[in-house]
Amino acid sequence: MTLVFPAFVLWMAAWWLNTRIAGSSLASSYAGRVAVPVVFGLTVLAIWELVVRGLDVSQVILPAPTVIAETLADETGTLWIDFRQTALKGAISGYVIGCLAAFSVALAIDRSPYLRRGLLPIGNFVAALPIVGIAPILVNWFGFDWQSKAAVVVVMVFFPILVNTVQGLADTAAMQRDLMRTYSASYWQTLLKLRLPAAMPFVFNGLKIATTLALIGAIVAEYFGSPTRGMGFRISTSVGTLELAMVWSEIAVTALAGTLFYGAVTLVERWVTFWHPSQR
Amino acid sequence: MNRILPVLAVLAAILAIWYVAVVPMNAGWTVAQAERAGQELTFPDLVADTMDQDRPRLPAPHQVAAELKKTVLDTKVTSKRSLVFHGWITLQSTLWGFALGTVVGIGMAVSIVYSRTANMSLMPWAIISQTIPIVAIAPMIIVVLATLGVEGRTVPKAIISAYLCFFPVLVSMVKGLRSPGPMQIDLMKTYSASAGQTFWKLRLPASVPYLFTSLKVGIAAALVGTIVGELPTGAIQGLGARILIGDQFGNPLMIWSALIAAACLAGALVSIVAVLQSLALQRMGYAR
Repeated sequence: MTLVFPAFVLWMAAWWLNTRIAGSSLASSYAGRVAVPVVFGLTVLAIWELVVRGLDVSQVILPAPTVIAETLADETGTLWIDFRQTALKGAISGYVIGCLAAFSVALAIDRSPYLRRGLLPIGNFVAALPIVGIAPILVNWFGFDWQSKAAVVVVMVFFPILVNTVQGLADTAAMQRDLMRTYSASYWQTLLKLRLPAAMPFVFNGLKIATTLALIGAIVAEYFGSPTRGMGFRISTSVGTLELAMVWSEIAVTALAGTLFYGAVTLVERWVTFWHPSQR
Repeated sequence: MNRILPVLAVLAAILAIWYVAVVPMNAGWTVAQAERAGQELTFPDLVADTMDQDRPRLPAPHQVAAELKKTVLDTKVTSKRSLVFHGWITLQSTLWGFALGTVVGIGMAVSIVYSRTANMSLMPWAIISQTIPIVAIAPMIIVVLATLGVEGRTVPKAIISAYLCFFPVLVSMVKGLRSPGPMQIDLMKTYSASAGQTFWKLRLPASVPYLFTSLKVGIAAALVGTIVGELPTGAIQGLGARILIGDQFGNPLMIWSALIAAACLAGALVSIVAVLQSLALQRMGYAR
């Protein structure tokens, strides 16, 4: 119990510090905006450590952050192999194929208003479905290796991007389209110079949603059969043998990979849609 | 009619593509069987056989429909073979997770709107939490709760649902609670309204349209969470478990019927929220 009290004190102190930063002139600066969540995150980690050690929580329930960090450092090789298998081979290749496919289909649909009215409600509906359920079917079709994982990812990211792109392509004002017509711009000129740029905020919205879905799809598909590597494989086998420190290290890697992936897409978005009000 | 017709046409096209795809997907097995028996296969025979296999790689739509009829209509609801029974199990955790996620989401939104510190500390972590693939955590939540002595699977599944469900609610509610303009806030001040009164009479009602929009996303996410919670963890009840068992026993019809049932459940849940949304908004005088 002795360590739980310091944990409580630490919490109060950190909250006080954050309140001070948030209330000061630092709050609007970049440093302040980064410092506050970092202090919060570090405090949570410290309290986690203190509570786990103070209450003698079993390693089987919740390993302390230091133990997880140790595993992370010791098992870098394994973690890297898993990361390459799941994130680089499965998730990224599926993500790229799925995005390109959805984007091309969206462009094709866009030429026919009839098709658009028919596909948009269905796409919206499918985007809300638990598509992860098709993972076992696709693993059955494409085998255990990364191809089946990529296939699951393709299906999962397809509909959010399709729906967003179609919506984005419709997001030009009549005035703007008329202006293009007075320039006697062709379909392709209007598409390239007006409608595609205007659609980009929507497209990136879909791309950002799809980053998380891609990792989820690649990991779930591994629960249904995989070679003896991969993050999903490692998590399910380590849970089976109650090596929770290993599970938490894999979670840390997935969290990091997910955040970096999302961050990368956000950076590209900022570069492509610099003109949009939300970026200024 | 103008809006339904294109949807029906697209659905018909999907069904047609499905039927056409069934033939090449299942042909391998049929050809192998015929070769073993030393028979000549005519094309009509081949097509007929691919539509009617016990363990097809891709079942034909009518096979899935027959399996659905068998497990939904012809089986007693209480039986473990009934999809209604499994759907009910899934629905329960979905609703618990939905409720939990909504409460957590609204609670966090209120604290974020009222406390600058909470806003700056919590918001980035809430975003990061969504980049962690929940499926990575699902098996562990279930094992840990079992070690802690929590009986049954409803609680862990509900927690996973809530994890997926809280974020859209949080984001929309922050937007909604902040939606009253300075004019409206000033008006409340001239009434010398307390913080509580401003919250209950201005901010909360103003956030309702935002809330319902996010609830539609949230309930779909909650269902995804429950099914993900059932998939990797050796559950034996629920739609996700049917998919898992169908995979283990090599029974594609079971997987497909469970998938269709899950899709129907998702559609029904989202529609119910949509109906509640239009009722509530009408009553509150948000003209539509």
